[in-house]
Amino acid sequence: MKPVRVLEGRAVPLERSDVDTDQIIPSDWLKRVERTGFGRGLFSEWRDDPSFVLNDQSYVGASILIAGPRFGTGSSREHAVWALMDYGFVAVIAPSFGDIFRNNSSKQGLVIVQLPQVDVEGLIQLIKDDATRLVVIDVDQLRVEVPEAGWQRSFELDPMTRERLLHGWDDIGLTMRREAAITKYETTSHAPTLVGVFDSDGHAR
Amino acid sequence: MGRTLFEKIWDEHIVASPEGEPTLLYIDLHLVHEVTSPQAFDGLRLNGRTVRRPDRTLATADHNVPTDPISTPVNDPVSRRQLEALEENCHEFGITVFPRGHENQGIVHIIGPELGVTQPGMTIVCGDSHTSTHGAFGSLAFGIGTSEVEHVLATQTLPQQQAKTMSVTVEGKAPAAVSAKDIVLAIVGTLGTGGGAGYVIEYRGEAITDLSMEGRMTVCNMSIEAGARAGLVAVDETTVDYLRGRPGVPQGEEFEALANHWRTYVSDDDAVFDAELVIDASKLVPSITWGTNPAQVVALSGMVPSPDEFDDPDQKNATERSLAYMGLTPGTPVRDIEVDVVFIGSCTNSRIEDLRAAAAVVEGQRVASSVRALIVPGSHRVKKQAESEGLDKIFLDAGFEWREPGCSMCLGMNPDQLKVGQRSASTTNRNFEGRQGRGGRTHLVSPAVAAATAIKGHFAAPSEVGP
Ligand code: SF4
Repeated sequence: MKPVRVLEGRAVPLERSDVDTDQIIPSDWLKRVERTGFGRGLFSEWRDDPSFVLNDQSYVGASILIAGPRFGTGSSREHAVWALMDYGFVAVIAPSFGDIFRNNSSKQGLVIVQLPQVDVEGLIQLIKDDATRLVVIDVDQLRVEVPEAGWQRSFELDPMTRERLLHGWDDIGLTMRREAAITKYETTSHAPTLVGVFDSDGHAR
Repeated sequence: MGRTLFEKIWDEHIVASPEGEPTLLYIDLHLVHEVTSPQAFDGLRLNGRTVRRPDRTLATADHNVPTDPISTPVNDPVSRRQLEALEENCHEFGITVFPRGHENQGIVHIIGPELGVTQPGMTIVCGDSHTSTHGAFGSLAFGIGTSEVEHVLATQTLPQQQAKTMSVTVEGKAPAAVSAKDIVLAIVGTLGTGGGAGYVIEYRGEAITDLSMEGRMTVCNMSIEAGARAGLVAVDETTVDYLRGRPGVPQGEEFEALANHWRTYVSDDDAVFDAELVIDASKLVPSITWGTNPAQVVALSGMVPSPDEFDDPDQKNATERSLAYMGLTPGTPVRDIEVDVVFIGSCTNSRIEDLRAAAAVVEGQRVASSVRALIVPGSHRVKKQAESEGLDKIFLDAGFEWREPGCSMCLGMNPDQLKVGQRSASTTNRNFEGRQGRGGRTHLVSPAVAAATAIKGHFAAPSEVGP
């Protein structure tokens, strides 16, 4: 994945709480076997509605999504992150997030910014007042700003996620630095395997 | 200080705990299905990687298999492609796979336990959030995303932050009419959809240990609905008895030795949990969800709530939106709500005991003429067992459809879907907007309540069904 240091872009406010992953990308879209093209399915149940915020011309091209509490709860589908990124979002700002969604995001370079609810509401107001305002997210300094409005907040990321974003590190490569430890663990572990349980056609022996 | 069950399993699976980084945790069993795996296999191929431990990996088709007779082809080209991709990928990487129609095929969280490959003390992952089901066996089981699937395939490990521990004790005996589903709906309703976030829950107390393994699986299954990553129940004789004789476990003395080891997978008496919740089992009642998140729970004998009952503006809003989506009016008695579809299935409630409970209610009855009712057994083994007990006949005679196994209407990926505005009584775990089909309205219930509802045409208790 690509390294991420400072993100800058316009934002779009999605003023809903509990936007779960079924809403981010409905299950029809899970049938695909490819990794790309999910942007068209993003929020697809809502996109037919002309008043839905992503259809608002003033927000076209926004790359930062601001949402209500508990964004991304629900199923483990990583497609939710693919959809957001394929659509063009590089970061989501919200008061809280679903655990698995947050985790999935960090693996793919979608930046998750968690801010107290009042700050998210304040930020939404700034953007609603003027949709052209640029939002800057600095992953290195852990800061989010609307420079034009003199608004600035810091946020937290666990150190590993921050490093990973900054370096664009691939997960598997990181882990395989410890292959010796894995092999050693395997020689001492007694947890049963599937060896001898099924024949080559999958029938129980 | 003693350790909780979660901490014991965690400690045993640490491969490395480098400073400032998440712990690298070893994964004993990786379950794979067609939806969250194709991109992972794609990733392996792209990077020239292999599957490290095919002998710790098991795959089945479940999420989008049609539940029509096996002889009919898979019409939806996208589903067909995913199902084919699963088989091809497993063959290429040397993984045992149960394709559609295979005698061991079924919902991934049903087949792991029934084949006895889910065992106490294990770490188990699967690209599906209801992997928590396997925690009923005193194993640490949790859902992962597709890039983690790829990571486990390649390394058999996962970098993980250690979760906090929560004990949820359901104290005392539950009333006879209260099923495992009612217990977990009460827990989710109490904790809320975010109450368990960051925690692994251990379910304790008499009402939990009184449950069969199947009931415990129902409870652990819905841990994620309270936001928890995993749910666990300590090992006891119920666990050991369930596993004895299953294909995945050894026999004779070897089994007994293993069982002795399993019995250590309990929390120590002096273990301390980071959070505790106690629920009085005697106060539990048959329950149902009325809204669009699984914490929006009300007693079957109760009424649709009003937004005015909530002080928190967020909850008030959520309630209003849920009511509008569900097409419900506050104050309506739950029993007056009519349904169009009854679905008995899913990894929450499609095991043999669930089917028996439903069959006991519908035997000799007729499904209301306004209702479409489906039974989708969790696996071919469950289906076969049910047929050998004559349950299929009971259901068919009553007017139910008796389908082939799969996830089916739990998530509406296959053709079994609700139509816009249709209302279901469903034994599944999620009532999100559009979960069972666009515009569909889902109420989560136990198998017995679903069965009674099918007969009556409106939400009903089993005791209301009869001559
Ligand atoms: S039955 Fe439903 S919840 Fe269970 S694995 Fe299938 S889709 Fe997921």
